[in-house]
Amino acid sequence: MNWSWPFFFDYITNGLMMRGAWTTVWLSVVSMVLGLGLGIVAALMKMYGNALLRYIAEFYIWLFRGTPILIQLIIIYTGLPQLGIRLTVIESAILGLALNEGAYLAEIIRAGIMSVDKGQDDAARSVGMRWTQRMRFVILPQATRTIIPPLGNQFNGMLKTTSLASVISMEELMRSAQMLAQINFRVLEVYSVAALWYLLLVTIWSAIQVRIEAHYEKPFGPAAAVSPEAEKELKKALQQAGTAKI
Amino acid sequence: MSMDTQPTPQPHAEAPQTRPARGAKTLGEPVVIIENVRKAFGDNEVLRDVSMTIRKSEVVVICGRSGSGKSTLLRCIDQLETIDGGTIRAAGHLMGFRETGGRRVPLRDHEVARQQRDLGMVFQNFNLFPHISVIENIMLAPTRILGRPRAEVKDEARALLARVGLPEKENAYPRQLSGGQQQRVAIARALAMKPKVMLFDEPTSALDPETVSEVLDVMIDLSHAGMTMIVVTHEMGFARAAADRVVLMHGGEIVEDAPPDQFFTAPKSEHTRTFLSKMLSH
Repeated sequence: MNWSWPFFFDYITNGLMMRGAWTTVWLSVVSMVLGLGLGIVAALMKMYGNALLRYIAEFYIWLFRGTPILIQLIIIYTGLPQLGIRLTVIESAILGLALNEGAYLAEIIRAGIMSVDKGQDDAARSVGMRWTQRMRFVILPQATRTIIPPLGNQFNGMLKTTSLASVISMEELMRSAQMLAQINFRVLEVYSVAALWYLLLVTIWSAIQVRIEAHYEKPFGPAAAVSPEAEKELKKALQQAGTAKI
Repeated sequence: MSMDTQPTPQPHAEAPQTRPARGAKTLGEPVVIIENVRKAFGDNEVLRDVSMTIRKSEVVVICGRSGSGKSTLLRCIDQLETIDGGTIRAAGHLMGFRETGGRRVPLRDHEVARQQRDLGMVFQNFNLFPHISVIENIMLAPTRILGRPRAEVKDEARALLARVGLPEKENAYPRQLSGGQQQRVAIARALAMKPKVMLFDEPTSALDPETVSEVLDVMIDLSHAGMTMIVVTHEMGFARAAADRVVLMHGGEIVEDAPPDQFFTAPKSEHTRTFLSKMLSH
């Protein structure tokens, strides 16, 4: 047995690991936001665009869902300079992760838009909304409700997928662990701590996701199905039954 | 030709004698003019050469069995469907087209949207926006589409809610309301854009029987206030109480177009007699 608790606890409070974890967080958020933008544009192009726009969107989705993210990152950072396109590590990591994520999100967003009742589009037209207004005020806000759960799942994945950016020397959590492992050769301790960091980040995100889902469910939630009058009646009945708490 | 069953050129001439309570109503200039409209879904001809004129403040009830084309006609007027032939003029617009040098050019999406602002539509399934509150449903189009100030629009929205009898529901979500309440909010939402014509597509068909009257009462009030209305409905009671004309559609054509008294007591078309006997046997 060669497990060192001192190294383990040292890695937990290690500044390099903490900075790495912070980089993982912001890299995930930035890539997700950009990926979401790309996904919305690709989904709308595929659903409402002319033949050319549809073809471009389908090609993009096909290409980035059909190839490993690892190859995409390496091509962007190491391969593109051959064509005279030089991006920094950070730019390459964000671009690769966002392009990859956008392709997956496009399909999720498309499904969300399709889940909105056709009558909503009729109603939005009937009060005089043009396409952009129908999308912005009526269709997308309702699609969001369907999209949020799988979107949260995607972000959970993103937090861990960023570890692949370590291959292009992006100094996120995985890369920090690799560097520390090379100094002390405490491989098990340092990667265990890295794994704990990922667990912590994912757990925090899960808590946030629950709140976001609750927010978007509010207009539709089961409580909303009960009319205020019925709720009052129910409270009265429960109070009379001796259970004052509701 | 679908118009040969139409009665006299002045179908309202005898209205003052037969219904004195409504005799004071004066109809203005034509607001909706439908000429030779055709519409097909694939091989299915839903509208064949439909023509009719609705004047300002007139209330026209359209009935007919399902598949007769009545809802499609309403949706064509509001440009929720495009027409295959003919002309629809409504609220001063040539719906869906622009005339340039004698040629007709189909309008783009945002140009159609501009025309639709002047027409209000009420749907069978209400189609309220479920993600926002009642007052936001009413305020959305005036504030976001017309860009009017929120405070001013909110006052109007509250007045509209009071008018449809739901002043206490402004912060409720649509799901918290009964069908009849939702439909009254939907009427308020349409009225918020100050339309020149209101189109009702079977507004009470999805309602529980006990809430039908609360919606019809709002519609009758609206007609008394002089609103121009085209109402697709099976509510013959409403037709008797509020309609200036009752139209029967059959197989995509207008087969009867008469004042209510004449429609119910002396219909000219065989289809109307069949339709009425089926309605009465319910």
